[in-house]
Amino acid sequence: MGKNHPNVEEYVVSRVRALESLLLEKGVLAPGAVDQLVSRYENDTGPMVGARAVAKAWTDPDYKRLLLDDSAAALAQFDLKYDLLVVVENTDDVHNLVVCTLCSCYPWPVLGLPPSWYKSPAYRARSVIEPRALLREFGLEIPEQREVRVWDSSAELRYMVLPQRPAGTEHLTEEALLPLITRDALVGVAPVKAPATVG
Amino acid sequence: MNGIHDLGGMHGFGGVEHDPREPLFHADWERTVLAVQLTALGQRLYNLDELRHSIERMSPDEYLNATYYERWLAAIDRLLIEKGVIDAAELERRAAAFQDDPQAFPTPPSATPGETEFVHPALDRRRGHPFRREASAPPRFAIGDTVLTKHWQPAGHTRLARYVRGKRGRVHRHQGCFVFPDANAHGRGEEPDHVYNVRFEAEELWGESAAHRDAVYVDLWESYIEPAAAG
Repeated sequence: MGKNHPNVEEYVVSRVRALESLLLEKGVLAPGAVDQLVSRYENDTGPMVGARAVAKAWTDPDYKRLLLDDSAAALAQFDLKYDLLVVVENTDDVHNLVVCTLCSCYPWPVLGLPPSWYKSPAYRARSVIEPRALLREFGLEIPEQREVRVWDSSAELRYMVLPQRPAGTEHLTEEALLPLITRDALVGVAPVKAPATVG
Repeated sequence: MNGIHDLGGMHGFGGVEHDPREPLFHADWERTVLAVQLTALGQRLYNLDELRHSIERMSPDEYLNATYYERWLAAIDRLLIEKGVIDAAELERRAAAFQDDPQAFPTPPSATPGETEFVHPALDRRRGHPFRREASAPPRFAIGDTVLTKHWQPAGHTRLARYVRGKRGRVHRHQGCFVFPDANAHGRGEEPDHVYNVRFEAEELWGESAAHRDAVYVDLWESYIEPAAAG
């Protein structure tokens, strides 16, 4: 877009302004709707519900079973009506990685807006053909005997990884585990790390 | 269609740039594009399959040069023009006017509209489930069945990626019955059909160079697959 324009950003800004003003005039877009819609994503940033579900699954075996077998029922406990999530569990034998090669499908309702790297052609192209090399660049070395499963989100189902609970966190509560769980871990490009021991 | 969007397995894109401190939006206009997208989908000015296909119809060089929200903008403009919601010439005129003068068309003051119910297509239940449908026939395949994906080259929208065409896989899970994108993207109705999650061994997809233990799992509509002898 805007490839024939010297200032691409300025061109794009003008086009967006034009579109917005036309839609406001036609009553498609309500005044104030932009802030109202987007603030939901800005204020509910990060992998909120996804991380909460994982923290609960780590501390409650029944909930973990439910999250893996019936994610809709598990998410309903966090007031989220979402029945399209498939949760895949990392184990000593299996590492899971989530991608959408055809566009950038991502489980927004549980992880928020996708990061740029997830949407990049490099990630989408390479994750399915060379997941181990890709993960190595993310700092994750998968042992040869551990199977890598890549989940390509080609329909309306969405995927989230249930990462392994890090060793040394056995004493931590659900609330204390929650901040350790990153978006990257829930997509499968990072492990969850135990908090650095103090002193 | 065999478009540039179908990236799975391609070489040459280099490393993945991973910025842990990336902001949610890189510019204010991206927020507007997100809001327009959610509004247009919420008002059903187009459906999600039409949106994906609109992005796919960008030329390969445009597609690769555009950022995520630039691709959205191009796809939204195209669809709203095709659907007659906005006029192409008027959009051009107005964009040019804004380029000369950012205040060319004053924006109405931010009133306080009613709470917008619509947040995301997958959560929109105003007219039943957004994607799931009742099946009119029982599923043709069972978990564990060996299947062969079609080796076809549809010119329109499809969710059967090139790298899984003509490949042998095993049904891992029955996902239920869903709106069929290949029809829904082209105004042919929903034609709901069963969706299966199919496991493909990495070696089947990529040959001997693949790690022999690894696998790719892909969701496929029933018409994408045929029965196959276990191999």
